Amino acid sequence: MIMSEKHHVEEHRDDDAKKLGMWLFIFTELLLFGGLFLVYSIYRAKFPADFHAGSLELSVTIGAINTIVLLFSSMTVAMALTAIQKGNKKLSLIMISITLLMAFVFLVNKYFEWGHKFEMGLYPGSALIQHLDRGFLLYFSLYFFMTGLHALHIIVGMVLLFICLFKVKSGNVHTENYTFLENGALYWHLVDLIWIFLFPLMYLIS
Amino acid sequence: MSKGTEKTEYVSYLDHQGKYKGIFAWIFATDHKRIALLYMYSIAAFFFIGAFLGLAMRIELFAPGETIMKPQTYNGIFTVHGIIMIFMVVIPGLSAVFGNFFLPILIGAKDVAFPKLNRFSWWIFIAGSIMAVASQFLKHGPPDTGWTFYAPYSTTTGTNVIMATTAAFVLGFSSILTGLNFIVTIHQMRAPGMKFFNMPLFPWAIYATAWIQLLATPIIGITLVMLIAERLFGIGFFDPNLGGDPLLYQHLFWIYSHPAVYVMILPAMGVITEIIPTFCQRKIYGYKAIALSSLAIAGVGFLVWGHHMYTSGMSEQARWFFSLLTFIVAVPSAIKVFNWLMTMYKGSIDVKPPFLFALAFIFLFIIGGTTGLLLGSVATNVQVHDTSFVVAHFHYIIFGGMGFAFFAAIHYWFPKMYGKMYDFKRANIAWGILFVGFNLLYFPQFIIGIQGMPRRYFDYLPQFQPAQIVSTIGGFILVAGLILMVYNLIQGARKGEAAPANPWHGTTLEWQIPSPPSLENFDEEPVFNANPYDYE
Repeated sequence: MIMSEKHHVEEHRDDDAKKLGMWLFIFTELLLFGGLFLVYSIYRAKFPADFHAGSLELSVTIGAINTIVLLFSSMTVAMALTAIQKGNKKLSLIMISITLLMAFVFLVNKYFEWGHKFEMGLYPGSALIQHLDRGFLLYFSLYFFMTGLHALHIIVGMVLLFICLFKVKSGNVHTENYTFLENGALYWHLVDLIWIFLFPLMYLIS
Repeated sequence: MSKGTEKTEYVSYLDHQGKYKGIFAWIFATDHKRIALLYMYSIAAFFFIGAFLGLAMRIELFAPGETIMKPQTYNGIFTVHGIIMIFMVVIPGLSAVFGNFFLPILIGAKDVAFPKLNRFSWWIFIAGSIMAVASQFLKHGPPDTGWTFYAPYSTTTGTNVIMATTAAFVLGFSSILTGLNFIVTIHQMRAPGMKFFNMPLFPWAIYATAWIQLLATPIIGITLVMLIAERLFGIGFFDPNLGGDPLLYQHLFWIYSHPAVYVMILPAMGVITEIIPTFCQRKIYGYKAIALSSLAIAGVGFLVWGHHMYTSGMSEQARWFFSLLTFIVAVPSAIKVFNWLMTMYKGSIDVKPPFLFALAFIFLFIIGGTTGLLLGSVATNVQVHDTSFVVAHFHYIIFGGMGFAFFAAIHYWFPKMYGKMYDFKRANIAWGILFVGFNLLYFPQFIIGIQGMPRRYFDYLPQFQPAQIVSTIGGFILVAGLILMVYNLIQGARKGEAAPANPWHGTTLEWQIPSPPSLENFDEEPVFNANPYDYE
């Protein structure tokens, strides 16, 4: 890795260190989900037909809408960062707000999706699923576990973006010092990226 | 790095007055040295809880049949002993205490990269530890799965498994953040001009360790969350009744937990690598080989987890492959041992307490390491799997290795940390008692392990009793040695003679600053040698 000597000049701020720290944290998040992707691949190889049948129960339309929503939010958060780099505080605030709105839309969609599955009795531990094939049960276990953990990350990302919003508003994050927002945006891209993998693996395998 | 020409007066970090007063000056401290001491005091407290539980097991095993406790109590005690010792003592142990204290100093930095994150790591370490200890006392009884939480038993037992696994998850998070902090510190905070190969070897060991902490811990994190979800919602990943696979749990568990033993032992090797050149007044032999072997151990260590599962049901191919890799991972460890010996050769050896502990480390580590190869080869493993042979091997590595390295480190760096010196004679006696007690306690377990004494049993056949008695006596001797050592150190910290800045004539950076160091470690720009062990 390339070292920077910048911090010796600037005593109290080391943006490179903060960014490196964020990247390392993102590694750990990827490995956290990596464990789940491993479990997914093992059980899909073991029960291909059940996974196929399970994914037929999901709504590709809602999934696709959510994918577009998240991709769009990744764009707006990147625009918020560019705006603050160029000194346009107002635009940055608008862009962060749009990102937060998109995150909220995603969660609302997710809520209806989950609610629908619960109505149908397709959740681990339900009376119905006990009688279905084991691969079907495992598919829905993985579906709820992985999308649930992802939704948790959306919420964490939203909290981070809220803090970014206030920091931009109060002027703590500004055109000379935007690492906090940059790291928040990095985290948001990670959340987006994980969904990019979850969507085909869960929705598009039928 | 110094603040211009302004001359600051020397105040040690122990006397420094910050924003907070009294105990809050510690709990809210962001100084890496204070955080290191916080870790040390809390880890020492947990160690004594764990050791007390261990001694209770030893008393139970003094005679066959029920001696002082019921079988279920015994199951709870060996589980909580394992959880406390593994997750709260040996995994954070050296890296959180001495890594925190000396990593920044050894590379010429004023602190770690993220001091507030460092403080936060300690807070969640304490939160996780409280949960782990609480799991012993809460309503449904202590977890009885062993520290490995093997499914499917762990998904069905009525004991406090959720509390214990949540604790392990939280402790893992603390470990990740510490590792992250150290990696960034080493990359970004080295003294101006210091290259990676100018660093002393303890930072190298901490660097390799930090990568393992960072990359392996998330896997146990997600595995434990899956286990918790399995208990709460019946998701069925590991329960064969629901289509799951218990073997998958074992794989996921050991993918973390084998690298985790290198989290324990790598910093220990780093400590020994600092001590030996100092007390031999000789340049370390094979600097680069030692530095790179740390990375090699960290790398290959990720690929050997299967050797914990030879009898669990793996294909023949997988078994010989894991066995081969296990033998390969022994090579870099052996490189280190040979380098230590070569450093001593023709050195002017000064036998002080830290050096004695380092020697004990090498002796015990060799026994632990070679018996590890016995366990790593498939044919012999099948014979001694799940016997007390494994218990003995494990304790030789973890207690004989990491534990004695911890004792070596505290005796080595004590004068720097407290600015006082302990009593040498008492330290030597304590060393002797510990060494004898340790071998009496664990060596008989090798023998009865080969004869078929299973591990984790509260009862045994009468033929094993003589060895068990020797073990129990050894346990009491060991505890006596521990008490004497701790007493000596406490006396030293309170009433010991003032220690000079460089009592051992070391060459690394920590010996060039006053004992104890000031808040910012270096009041002037640190001057380092291209070779950190420049004794010629």
